[in-house]
Amino acid sequence: MDLGLTAQSSKLSSMTDVFDIEKQDNQYVVALAGNPNTGKSTVFNYLTGLKQHTGNWPGKTVVSARGEYSHNGKNYVMIDLPGSYSLFTSSKDEEVSRDFLNLGNYDLAVVVCDATCLERNLNLVFQVSELAEKVILCINLIDEAKKKNISINKEGLEKELNIPVVLTSARSGKGMDELKKNIEEEVALVENKHKSLVKYNDEIEEKVREITVCLDKMNILNTRWTALRLLDSSTEIFSLEKEGHLNKMQSEQIKSSFGLQNENDVREKISEENYDYANLLKQKYVAEDIKKINIDKKIDDIITSRFFGMPIMLVMLGLVFWITIQGANIPSRILSDILFGFQFKLSQWFIDMGIPEFIRGIVIDGAYRTLAWVVSVMLPPMAIFFPLFTLLEDLGYLPRVAFNLDHYFKKSCAHGKQSLCMCMGLGCNAAGVVGCRIIDSPRERLIAVLTNNFMPCNGRFPTLIAISSAFFAVTASSFLNGLIPALFVTLMVLVGIWLTLMTSYILSKTLLKGVPSTFTLELTPYRMPQFGRILYTSVIDRTVFVLSRAAVIAIPAGAVTWILANVYTGDLSLLVRAASFLDQFAKIFGLDGIILMAFMVGIPANEIVLPVMLMAYLSTGTLTEYESVGFLRDILLQNGWTPLTALNVMLFSLLHWPCSTTLWTIKKETGSIKWTAASLFIPTAAAFAVCFVTASLYRLLF
Amino acid sequence: MKVLTDANVGETVKVKSNDAEESLKERLLALGVTNGAHIEVLRKGPKNNLTVYRIRGAMIALRKEESGFIEIV
Repeated sequence: MDLGLTAQSSKLSSMTDVFDIEKQDNQYVVALAGNPNTGKSTVFNYLTGLKQHTGNWPGKTVVSARGEYSHNGKNYVMIDLPGSYSLFTSSKDEEVSRDFLNLGNYDLAVVVCDATCLERNLNLVFQVSELAEKVILCINLIDEAKKKNISINKEGLEKELNIPVVLTSARSGKGMDELKKNIEEEVALVENKHKSLVKYNDEIEEKVREITVCLDKMNILNTRWTALRLLDSSTEIFSLEKEGHLNKMQSEQIKSSFGLQNENDVREKISEENYDYANLLKQKYVAEDIKKINIDKKIDDIITSRFFGMPIMLVMLGLVFWITIQGANIPSRILSDILFGFQFKLSQWFIDMGIPEFIRGIVIDGAYRTLAWVVSVMLPPMAIFFPLFTLLEDLGYLPRVAFNLDHYFKKSCAHGKQSLCMCMGLGCNAAGVVGCRIIDSPRERLIAVLTNNFMPCNGRFPTLIAISSAFFAVTASSFLNGLIPALFVTLMVLVGIWLTLMTSYILSKTLLKGVPSTFTLELTPYRMPQFGRILYTSVIDRTVFVLSRAAVIAIPAGAVTWILANVYTGDLSLLVRAASFLDQFAKIFGLDGIILMAFMVGIPANEIVLPVMLMAYLSTGTLTEYESVGFLRDILLQNGWTPLTALNVMLFSLLHWPCSTTLWTIKKETGSIKWTAASLFIPTAAAFAVCFVTASLYRLLF
Repeated sequence: MKVLTDANVGETVKVKSNDAEESLKERLLALGVTNGAHIEVLRKGPKNNLTVYRIRGAMIALRKEESGFIEIV
């Protein structure tokens, strides 16, 4: 059948080259695909040496990463595609994977599978095999499989599928040399035959044959895949144009000339046959031990039980904060001793060198002191919290959190996976906002983006810790004094969760009307965390990264604050003028002008809010003795803080506007100024409203 | 007509048809809820909201709004 499309296809003017990976002559491009949570990122990191952040829950790799490695004199570019269960669904991530595998200029696809869940994973292998010319099946997590007494007959699978199969454990490096060897051999092969692994029923295959003849005439590249998708998909998947690939108009023409209808029925049949084959392979080549498989189920019977699920979660949260606070105490003191001790010396040097007092003030009392504060107050809690949190993440606890909290989110007409974005927000709100991509429904994703800021990020909870320690942990018992800040921070997080749910509900009834969309959640297997990697990624990658960002902002912010505090117009410094200008307004909310100003200065990084606040207080007050333990409390009291001020600063810190990085990320993710403005306005309104209520109540009561 | 929501904890049932629509159907098919698939009911979650099933070797939680679309025998 000639549709007269051949000429037209050669006239294609718009080309899609976004999926063309830049490469040199002797480089090969290897695409890494796989189900979520199969250790794909670990394979990627092992090969390329890049430390991409990995975690034990689906949807972690939301953007594809690129890395390179050399092996036996050849260079390889690895593309880490977002994890996906299938290439058919309409989720953003899965579209990226599908389009890259369809249109990208890769030489070979490696599909990473979870050895403990091969049946489900094989479905994707089959789908990729219809698109990629060369496929390697990498069965990862083989050590986890061994623990569960699952054994896989590699030779049998290899023979049956006629593609290379490698058993690996990327975290220990097992099988990775073999994987490299297989990649090397495969890319060198000249033969470029599609090895579609599944033969469908006669009816489908007959139609594929007919359509293929037509596609061949049009010089279409992936004829079998294209024919199958014409049978089982809407023409939307042909929206991107590229030479050698069918475009949307052509696909519509072919569909109508072949009279292709009922895509959904064909898709269902194809999925069924894919899975039937996967099941057959599993029965033939995988031996399991049902007792061991049920271990996860038994743990979950407790962790996600109706009665213990929530209490365990709360205790866990409190425990993480308690360990963080306890552990941070001593290093914090040591750091502050060293850094403030050095300030004294630095100051002496400046005097000896005859540097003017004004410069000395800017550099030492302004920039250096703020920096020292940021480092000594922020670094220790971060360096403890990040690894602890990553530990829970690696164990596979986060999907259980989503499981336990789902009914609340459902009531708020939001998505159950929003709690996963919130968990990420505890680390960094910008990361949390990007993480919202795991939510398919645009309405619910927006809700998750707009409310993510209610989770106190790492830049904020050291502020919560410091203030609650200074103000409320003043009992006689040192044990209790350790417990109180942990309780306060936990309470703050609960307030944040509650406000998230309320705001989500209100948004669902007003700006973002709608009902909760569908929800499927995989409870991933529990895994032994990789302690070495956790320490590396959380300390080097996250802590140092976050801290250096804060430090870069702390230095100029400190200098400017000092200048403002020491430049006088009339008999008042600029700082005092600005603060007293805000003071009346701030007092309504149980805050003061300096606090409000510090929060404004802290827009680039929340880490500097407390240090700037202290700077401002110190420069106006008379207190100079700041090495003592009760120093923070003394300054605050001297500046008229009451328990209400302390509480409201914590609440304000929890709820106020997002930092500039988060705002920028929201702009990028939503592509809308309007929603970015909403994400700025909603928390700000919430912060003022909540503080107004507490301040009014306090005034009524006391 | 019996649907997956009706199945009791501990039961293993066979899918007769997957009557969900559009994106949910795609997602369920991707997870392996195809005709003839075996599904084991593992546990009910808090507030009778989510139920955990073993589908194709993986533990998947579904709300009753979703499991109601899956007809079983």
